[in-house]
Amino acid sequence: MANASTNIAAAGPRGPKPRRAISGRNIMIYGTLGLVALYYALPLYVMIVTSLKGMPEVRLGHIFAPPVEITFQPWVKAWAQACTGLNCDGLSRGFWNSVRILIPSVVISIAVASVNGYALVNWKFKGSETFFTILIFGSFIPYQVMLYPIVILLREMGIYGTLGGLVMVHTIFGMPILTLLFRNYFTSVPEELFKAARVDGAGFWGIYFRIMLPMSMPIFVVAIILQVTGIWNDFLFGVVFTKPDLYPMTVQLNNIVNSVQGVKEYNVNMAATMITGLVPLTVYFISGKLFVRGIAAGAVKG
Amino acid sequence: MNADNFSVQIKDLDLNFGAVKVLRGLNLDINNGEFIVLLGSSGCGKSTLLNCIAGLLEPSDGQVWIGGKNVTWDEPSQRGIGMVFQSYALYPQMTVRGNLSFGLKNARIPRDEIERRVARAAGILQIEPLLDRKPAALSGGQRQRVAIGRALVRDVDVFLFDEPLSNLDAKLRADLRVEIKRLHTQLNNTMIYVTHDQVEAMTLADRIAIMKGGKVMQYSTPDEIYNRPQNKYVADFIGSPSMNFVEGTIKGGKFTAPGLALDLKGYDFVGGKATDGAAVIGIRPEHVVTGELVSGAPFQTDVTVDIVEPMGSDTLVWADLGGAPFRIRMDGQARVHRGETMRVGLEPARASLFDVKTEERL
Ligand SMILES: Nc1ncnc2c1ncn2[C@@H]1O[C@H](COP(=O)(O)OP(=O)(O)O)[C@@H](O)[C@H]1O
Ligand SMILES: [Mg+2]
Repeated sequence: MANASTNIAAAGPRGPKPRRAISGRNIMIYGTLGLVALYYALPLYVMIVTSLKGMPEVRLGHIFAPPVEITFQPWVKAWAQACTGLNCDGLSRGFWNSVRILIPSVVISIAVASVNGYALVNWKFKGSETFFTILIFGSFIPYQVMLYPIVILLREMGIYGTLGGLVMVHTIFGMPILTLLFRNYFTSVPEELFKAARVDGAGFWGIYFRIMLPMSMPIFVVAIILQVTGIWNDFLFGVVFTKPDLYPMTVQLNNIVNSVQGVKEYNVNMAATMITGLVPLTVYFISGKLFVRGIAAGAVKG
Repeated sequence: MNADNFSVQIKDLDLNFGAVKVLRGLNLDINNGEFIVLLGSSGCGKSTLLNCIAGLLEPSDGQVWIGGKNVTWDEPSQRGIGMVFQSYALYPQMTVRGNLSFGLKNARIPRDEIERRVARAAGILQIEPLLDRKPAALSGGQRQRVAIGRALVRDVDVFLFDEPLSNLDAKLRADLRVEIKRLHTQLNNTMIYVTHDQVEAMTLADRIAIMKGGKVMQYSTPDEIYNRPQNKYVADFIGSPSMNFVEGTIKGGKFTAPGLALDLKGYDFVGGKATDGAAVIGIRPEHVVTGELVSGAPFQTDVTVDIVEPMGSDTLVWADLGGAPFRIRMDGQARVHRGETMRVGLEPARASLFDVKTEERL
């Protein structure tokens, strides 16, 4: 009896159900993915290829053809020699301007917003809910509406047209969304942890730096990605709030690409665009890994 | 008694969350070295009271005194308390050692003193091998031990526990319960322990404060609470299976109800003597006698067995008494069957009588 039943069990289905490698479903999935990848990769390919060709080769118009003679001259020119209006020192000036805008803006906005979010969750004060509502409302106001008032404000403060002014603008405009981000994250931290720290005698900053901050790396990475790409890619504020010799890279790129004098140097333009995009691209590559690691570390509850 | 003999005193404590009154004029005196359990169903304000004692919540009115000092406006860390939370609340990024020493570092205690205290706490709780692990690498029971250790190293006079065992499985809960009791006899400091589990309350407490709707319903020893519940709520809340209640009338020293006629001689009335009128009698299922013992009981009657629930160590019988269900706890070996008629005996002296309206003990 017992033997017979085990035999039947052995003969029947057992373990994982076998799946065919090539099925209609798989073809659909990989086919679609392939098409989408091609759609995004093709323009990138054209840009890279063109930026490595000399002008004579570009003029032939075979945009998909790989370069016959690889030259890095367009990249060098884009970085160091391309002309924008008055000066001819390439994108390098804009790059350093952007760096000088980016670093303080990212650091200040994230520092302030994380403390904001922490205070809103753990140190509720009278009117903290109202404050939060106003802040959220702020994230729905279109930037364009505020441009002119801010120009006047900066002028009155005497920092219109300086990097400091632009840093301030970026910090302020990053505030609503970043505060929301941090507030929501800190809400998910158990309240008892905060209470335990208070019994242990840690104060406002003690709890922030020693308990909350080390627990919140994933959300800081998210905030950094958000701010670095957002501020680096900003064009509007850069154009409005700075002067030509302080223009960020994006504005300078536009000026190079749209310059009217002389021939259009497609290879230099492509190289310039690639250089400008390198920073957000690098951030994605590096932080992607960090991000996953951060999430994995945060997932283990204490 | 002067104030110095009290470890913790709560005076007329009110706490409101907006319009919701959670604690209402609450008073509680706790002696030095006493183990007090705050017991009550979920949402009755136990944690809120504990948080007020700890200084994590600001009272709307009233005072908190600890060690003869008014600490109502003091920070939690200055009150001389240690607290253990239900969710353990260990700092996830620190090792066990880091968790234990965090509070001491904040208090700027010298390093060798910190090491001494951590070693002592780890020794008492037997967590020495875990000192360099992170909380994520600990089991639930180990985490709770570390959480207790964090209160222990602070060398305080008052320990506050907020349902410390309710996240653990039944077996571990029983083990740690005994350990907490042992810890109390060893350290002899005041402990205030919040739970909704009456077994924990009865086994641990020197005195139990039973709470309902932000008020203390009774505050006395487990023995007193079990045998002489002050009101119907406490009588119903304590004891499992819970007490049988039968409504009837007292007249001329006798309690009568459908199926019952009890002579109240031997019952210890609160006022000293019986007052006639409507009343509720409460009889614990385990105080109903069966078998040979029935002949010795002052009141005897026949009941019909309705449902039998064997539980191994004992058997719960649902019987019919005067048309109402009546719970009887019998020996685990008792063999009774549905539909049987069974003779039972009651002893009025072990029962509790309550006023129908006020539900206070008579
Ligand atoms: N922050 C809060 N805001 C409003 N109501 C609260 C808050 N915390 C607790 N309460 C209410 O107070 C009552 C008592 O809560 P609590 O002390 O946590 O009960 P428990 O006895 O289960 O520990 C509950 O009804 C709860 O809804
Ligand atoms: Mg609670």
